[in-house]
Amino acid sequence: MTITGFLSQLLQVAIALALAPLLVGWVNCCRAWLANKRAPSLLLPYRMIRKLFAKDAVVAQNASPIFRLTPYVVFGAMTCAAAIVPSLATDLPFARAADAIALVGMFALARVFMALAAMDIGTAFGSLGARRDMFIGFLAEPALLMVLFTASLLSGSTSLPQIVDTLAHREIGIYPSLAFAGVAFTMVSLAENARIPVDNPATHLELTMIHEAMILEYSARHLALLEWAAALKLFNYSCIGLALFVPFGIVVSGTGWQLLLSAAPLLIVKLAIGGAALALIETLSAKMRIFRAPEFLGTAFMLAVLAMLVNLLLGA
Amino acid sequence: MPTLTTLPLWVQIINLLAAILLLLAFAMLAQRRIVSLIDLYAWQGLVLASSTAIVGYATGQPHLYFSAGLTLLLKVALLPWLLHRLVRQLDVKWDVERLINVPTTMIIGLVLVVFAFNLAVPISQLASTVTRATLGIALATVMLSFLMMITRRKAISQVIGFLSMENGLFFAATSATYGMPMVVELGIALDVLVGMLILGVFFFQIREQFDSLDLKHLEKLKDSE
Amino acid sequence: MVEIVLVLSLPLAGAAVLALFGHRRVAADINVAVSVCTLLAAAALTARVVIDGPLLALDRQFFVDPFNVFLVALTAFVGFTTSIFSRPYMRIEEQHKRLNAARLRLYHSMYQLFNFTMLLALLTNNLGILWVAMEAATLTTVLLVSLYRTPASLEAAWKYFILCGVGIAQALFGTILLYFAAEKLLGAGGGALLWTELDSVKGSLEPTVLSLAFVFLLVGYGTKVGLVPLHNWLPDAHAEGPTPVSAVLSGLLLNVALYAVVRCKVLVEGSVQTSFAKDLMMGFGMLSVVVAALLLSRQKDIKRLFAYSSIEHMGIITFAFGMGGPIANFAGLLHMTVHSLTKSAIFFTVGHAAQKAGTQVIDDIRGLVTINPQLGWALAIGSLAILGMPPFGVFASEFLILTTAMRDHPWATPLLLGSLGLAFAAMFSKVQPMVFGETAAKRLPLRPSMLPVYAHLALVLMLGLWIPPFLADWYRQAARLIG
Repeated sequence: MTITGFLSQLLQVAIALALAPLLVGWVNCCRAWLANKRAPSLLLPYRMIRKLFAKDAVVAQNASPIFRLTPYVVFGAMTCAAAIVPSLATDLPFARAADAIALVGMFALARVFMALAAMDIGTAFGSLGARRDMFIGFLAEPALLMVLFTASLLSGSTSLPQIVDTLAHREIGIYPSLAFAGVAFTMVSLAENARIPVDNPATHLELTMIHEAMILEYSARHLALLEWAAALKLFNYSCIGLALFVPFGIVVSGTGWQLLLSAAPLLIVKLAIGGAALALIETLSAKMRIFRAPEFLGTAFMLAVLAMLVNLLLGA
Repeated sequence: MPTLTTLPLWVQIINLLAAILLLLAFAMLAQRRIVSLIDLYAWQGLVLASSTAIVGYATGQPHLYFSAGLTLLLKVALLPWLLHRLVRQLDVKWDVERLINVPTTMIIGLVLVVFAFNLAVPISQLASTVTRATLGIALATVMLSFLMMITRRKAISQVIGFLSMENGLFFAATSATYGMPMVVELGIALDVLVGMLILGVFFFQIREQFDSLDLKHLEKLKDSE
Repeated sequence: MVEIVLVLSLPLAGAAVLALFGHRRVAADINVAVSVCTLLAAAALTARVVIDGPLLALDRQFFVDPFNVFLVALTAFVGFTTSIFSRPYMRIEEQHKRLNAARLRLYHSMYQLFNFTMLLALLTNNLGILWVAMEAATLTTVLLVSLYRTPASLEAAWKYFILCGVGIAQALFGTILLYFAAEKLLGAGGGALLWTELDSVKGSLEPTVLSLAFVFLLVGYGTKVGLVPLHNWLPDAHAEGPTPVSAVLSGLLLNVALYAVVRCKVLVEGSVQTSFAKDLMMGFGMLSVVVAALLLSRQKDIKRLFAYSSIEHMGIITFAFGMGGPIANFAGLLHMTVHSLTKSAIFFTVGHAAQKAGTQVIDDIRGLVTINPQLGWALAIGSLAILGMPPFGVFASEFLILTTAMRDHPWATPLLLGSLGLAFAAMFSKVQPMVFGETAAKRLPLRPSMLPVYAHLALVLMLGLWIPPFLADWYRQAARLIG
C-alpha cells in the first residue's frame, strides 16, 4: 500500500464524511423550492450535528450496552461503506475488499444494530419502528442484491471497482438491463433511505414513521452520529447509483492527485443533480401506506430480476 | 464486456423495445384495474408498431411499414377504443378477485420467463437474423399472457390476455424473422379483429345471462352430473 | 385450377347470400343448393386429380395431392349431407321457439363460412393461411355453438373460444418457428411458408427449431383435434350447439385439424432424424384413447357420449399416424374417412332422437325403435359401426391399426384393446336401452330426413367390404407421403 494510495483512500472517506450532510441539506433545499417554500440554510445539517455534539447525552436507565454501542457501529459501518464504494476512484487500497455482497452486508449490519437498539429501551415506538424497518429491509435487500448482480453480470465480477471500471469504459449503447436495474435501484434507495413514498424524513407522525421512530430515544452525540450516519447512507446510495449508472468521470487509478481532484468536482455536480432529482421524486409522489410497501418493493425486485433476465438473454 | 456494443443501433433499439414489451407483460400481470390493463395493451401495441417499423426500415422491407401501420391502427387505436367502450358500457372497472395472488403470480411469471429463455436460447443461436435474442422475449410474453388468462376471473381481462398473447406472437414474427408474408399477416389481423368483435357481442350476452362478467358462473358444464 | 376457385368461392358466396336471406323460408334450400354445388365442384376437382395427378395452382398458393383430395371430397360430402339433415332439424328447432329468424340467418351464413374455412385449410399450400383458416373456423363455430344463447351454450362457446384460441395461438408460434427455420434456406417472403417448398428442403431444416415448432404445432392444432389433455372444450361444444354443428365438428373440423398436424409432422420427420414426432403423437393419441374410453361410461348426455367417442377415435387416428409406416398410415386415413362418415350419421339420428324426447339426457330417451323404427335402427347400426363391428369400415381400419401396433409396439396393444373393449361396453349399454327400451312416447310426427344417414352408413359399409381402387391408391400414396 503506497502512501499516496492510502492518502487518496483517506481523501475519499473524508470527502464522503464532509459532503454527506451537505447532500441532505441540498435535498431539503430543493424540496422546499419545489414546494414553493423558503429554503432552509444549506448548512443546516452541519449546524444540527454541531449543536447535538455540544449537548449532554441522556440515556434511558434500562438501556443496555447495545444501545450505547449502536451509534458507533452504525456510523462505523457507513464510513466503511463509504470507503469501499468507488465514488471517486476505483483503484484504491480498500478496493480489494470492495465486494458488492460485502457492501450489502455492511448496510445489513447497520440495520440490525439499529433495530436492536430501537427495541432495547422497550418503548412502543422503538419496537414498532424496528419492526417496520426490518420489514422494509427484508424486502429491499434482495432487490438491491439483484441490482448489483445485474451489474456484476455485465462485468463478470462482484467486485465493485471492477464493475464500475467495466461500466465506465463500455461503449455507448442502449442497455435495457441497466435501465431496468436503474429504476429498481432508485426504488430501493428511496425505501432504504426512508424517503418519501415509503417513509417521510420530515415528519414525526407516530402512525407512519419508520426511521424516526427508531432513533426517538437518542439524544446529543448519539443522535448526531446517527443523523450523520443516515446522511452518509444517503450519500453512499447516491454514489453507488452514480457509479453504476453514470460512471463516467470516475478515476481508474487512485494515485494521481490531479485526477482525483478532478473527479471530486464532477462527483459534486452529479450529486447535486441526483439530489435535485430525489427532491423532485419526493415532491411528486405521496407517501404510501406501510402495507403498500411490499408492493412497491416487490415491483423493484421484479424489475431487478427482469433486468438480470434481460441481460442474460440479450447480453445487454 | 459482452459484444452488445458491436451491434448496430437499430438492433439495440429493438432489444430495448423487447425488454419494454416484457416489462409491459409483467405490468399487465400485476394490474388490477381493467382500464389500466387496456392502456397497457395499447402501449404494447405501440412498442410493437415501432419495432416493426424499425425492422422494416433497417432491413429495407417496405411491407413491414404497412404492417406497422396496421398494428398502430388496430392495436393502439381501434381495439383499445373498443375495449374502453365495452368497459364503460358493461361497467366493469376492477378485476380484484383472482385465482392466485399477485406476488405468487409474479414468481410463477419469473419462472416462466426463465423457462422461455432456456427454450429460446438454442434457437437464437441458430438464427441468421440480427434480432434473434428477441425470440426468447416473444416467447416469454406469450407465456406471461397465458398465465394472465389462467389467473384472471373476469371475461374481459382474459380477452386482453388473449390479445396480448397475440402481440407476443406478432413480435416473434416481425422481430425474430423479419415479418411473415403479407397475406398471412393480413389474415391474422383480420382474425383478431373479428374475434374481438364477436367477443364484444359475447360479453353482453354473458352479462345478460349471468348478470356479471365473472367467469365463475361459467363453470357449470362438467361431466356426469 | 377453376375447380379450386369454385370449391372455395361457392361456400363463400353462399355465406354472403345467406347472410342476407338466411332468415327466409328458402334459406335451408339455398343452403342445400350451395352445398350440392360445392360437392359437385369438389367432385370435379377430385376427377381432375384422378386424371392429372397432384396439382399446384394459383402461384403455388393452392396444392392438391392424394392426401388432401379425399379430405376435400369428404368435407364437401359431409357438408352436403349435413345441410340436408339440417333442413328439417332447424325447422323443428324454430317451431320449438329455440331460435328466431335472426339466429337462423346467422346459422346458415356461418355454416357456409365454416365449410369455406375447412376447404381453405385443406387446399392451401401456405401454412400461414392454414393457420388463418383454422382460426377463422374457430370463430365461426364459436358463433354456431352459442347459437341458442342459453347459459350452457354460452359457457360452452366461451370455453371453446378461450381454449382453442390459446391453442391455436401456440400453433401460430409453431408456424412462426417453421418460417424462422425456413427463411434461412428459402429466403424471406412467401416461399418460406409454402408446404411444397418446405417439403423440398425439409432435410436441411434445422432440427432443433423444428422439434420445438412441432411441439407448439401439435399442442396448438391438437387442441382442435381434441387430444387429451386439451380436449375440455370438445364435449361442451358438441353438446350445447345445434346438432348439425356437432356433426360437422366431429365429422370435419377434427379431421382438418389432424390434417394440419400431419402436414407439419411430415416436415418435422424429414428434418429431425429421430422418432421424436412419432413418439409425441403416439403418446397423445394413446392418452386420448384411454382417457376417453374411461370417461365414456360416465356420460349422461347423449351428445357428450358421442363427443367423447370422437375424442377416442381421434386418439386412435393420431396414434396410427404416430406409428407411421404404410399400413398404419393407410389405416389412419381410412379411419379418418369412416369415422367422419359414421359419426356424423350418428349425430343426425341423435339430433332427431333428442328433438323427439325433448332432452339430451340418455336416461330420458327410450325406445326409439317404437317411436320411429328407422331412427332407432339407424342409431343402433351407427353405434355398432362406430364401435368397430365388422363388416363396417371402422372395423377394417381398427383391425389394421391393432395388428400394426401388435407388430411394432406390443406395449400399446393391451391398452388399445382394453380401451376399445371398455368403450364398447360403455357405449353399448347406453345405446341399447335408448333404442330398444320401453317407452310411452308417441310416434314422431315429423318425418326425419334419413337419407343422409343411409348414405353415410352405406358408404361406411362399402368401405368395410371394398375400397374403390382410386381411393386405395390415394391412401397408399398419401401413406407414403406421411412416412
